[in-house]
Amino acid sequence: MKIRQLLLALTGTIAVAGLGLGFVVSQTTSAKAEGIRSGYTYATKETQGLQDDEMSNPGYLWVDTGEDLWSKAEGDAGKSCNDCHGDAADSMKKAGVSYPKYKDDIGKMQNIEQRINQCRTDNMKAKAWKWESNQLLSMTTYVRNQSTGMPVSVAVDGPAKPFFEKGKAFFNQRRGLLDMACKHCHEDNAGNLIRANVLSQGQINGFPVYRLKWGKVGSSHRRFRGCNKQVRAKPFKNGSDEYVNLELYVAWRGRGLPVETPAVRN
Amino acid sequence: MKMHRLLGATVIIAASVGMTFAASAETVAYKIVDDGIPKSLTGKSGDAKAGRKVAYNRKTGNCLACHKLPIPEQQFHGEVGPDLKGVASRYSEAEIRLRVVDSKKMNSDTIMPAFYRDSGFTRLQKKWVGKSILKAQEVEDLVAYLMTLK
Ligand code: HEC
Ligand code: HEC
Ligand code: HEC
Repeated sequence: MKIRQLLLALTGTIAVAGLGLGFVVSQTTSAKAEGIRSGYTYATKETQGLQDDEMSNPGYLWVDTGEDLWSKAEGDAGKSCNDCHGDAADSMKKAGVSYPKYKDDIGKMQNIEQRINQCRTDNMKAKAWKWESNQLLSMTTYVRNQSTGMPVSVAVDGPAKPFFEKGKAFFNQRRGLLDMACKHCHEDNAGNLIRANVLSQGQINGFPVYRLKWGKVGSSHRRFRGCNKQVRAKPFKNGSDEYVNLELYVAWRGRGLPVETPAVRN
Repeated sequence: MKMHRLLGATVIIAASVGMTFAASAETVAYKIVDDGIPKSLTGKSGDAKAGRKVAYNRKTGNCLACHKLPIPEQQFHGEVGPDLKGVASRYSEAEIRLRVVDSKKMNSDTIMPAFYRDSGFTRLQKKWVGKSILKAQEVEDLVAYLMTLK
């Protein structure tokens, strides 16, 4: 664990230093015809390299922390995740590809962070973890890491349909003083440079991702907030219904992409 | 979709007969005639040198986010929109002014922001309420700069 941290600190510095120089632009034609592509395919070689190597991928620090938390008993029920779910490699394999999911008891969509917290409050009688807390990020990263390589596959029909439609409308709604919708950047212009950044399709198959800019792992909702704010629009809260519905639509846009958690991005 | 097309059509008709857009807190009224705004928003001509700065300043115009421009000292030039080199030989001053003020009047689906509009936004952050991205003077400076790109 300590050695890994040291290695990470070193490679992290090298990668950041390389960003300015290693800006190789692969100019593609505008995007709609490109098919579904992971953000990985738009990243620089350096960033891809960081992600590919488990020893240098900083996101694995959160996977490791999540693994520790998995067998830690907490709450009034005196249980750990492991007590009920056993080996996460088996029990969590499918969870990472199928959320957000429609839940009958709440009558709306639930994403993976919320499912984990439901287990904390209902099954463990423990406090819910705060959004973007180290614990919730670590557990989410750990759980989703069990699905690495498996194709994203969310259900958008049946009771999920109206929520899917809301997410889609959100994606296409212009917002903020710059008056842009997600689709203007991530659908119409994927592959194009916007000043110093290559626009990707805005996929979430790698989330939670380790962002070099954040210096830590972050959730898809944190990214949504950032993308709202940069067009000078009011963001929604992490875990809001609006973002969970958006997450469903965005996950569906990336249907079939392999889960890459923890991905590394600039 | 139908509604969209309808709105688009209205704008085009309105534009060709000359439609006045009212003044408000931050913006002055202007009149669109034949795909352009013939009159300066300030009543004076702008300063091309100041306009060049507006074009690359990330806090004001940031046109470089999406366009290539002959501003070699700036490292990153976007490629979302067309190269603006030679734009003054493609368009008149009036046409350039309208594209900076509100390019949605030409293409309702464009990614390019309206740089001189101060209302009609969704979930606008509080600090921008009643504001336009650029002030009339900055628009005129930009127009003057773009007119040097023959
Ligand atoms: C007391 C038993 C218990 C504990 C402790 C518990 N869970 Fe659960 N968990 C369940 C049950 C029951 C379900 C629902 C299974 C189902 O619907 O098929 C579930 C479902 C889940 C799911 C959704 C799986 C899927 O495929 O949809 C995830 C993810 C999950 N738990 C994570 C956790 C985590 C992380 C912890 C520890 C923080 C934890 N659980 C602790 C009982 C528990
Ligand atoms: C002004 C352009 C712009 C708009 C509008 C925009 N984004 Fe982004 N977004 C970016 C940039 C730049 C990045 C970083 C580079 C990249 O991956 O595209 C990014 C990254 C992302 C990522 C991370 C992708 C990955 O592989 O890690 C997601 C997810 C995302 N955006 C979702 C959205 C959503 C959802 C919306 C609408 C609420 C949105 N974006 C609106 C510019 C934009
Ligand atoms: C978010 C991206 C974006 C930004 C920022 C942007 N533009 Fe544009 N611009 C475009 C696109 C895309 C077009 C192509 C026409 C369309 O979409 O309607 C365009 C077209 C133009 C045109 C017409 C050019 C031609 O050859 O047809 C002019 C002039 C122009 N922009 C000026 C500017 C100026 C000046 C700024 C800065 C104040 C600016 N743009 C900022 C995206 C942008």
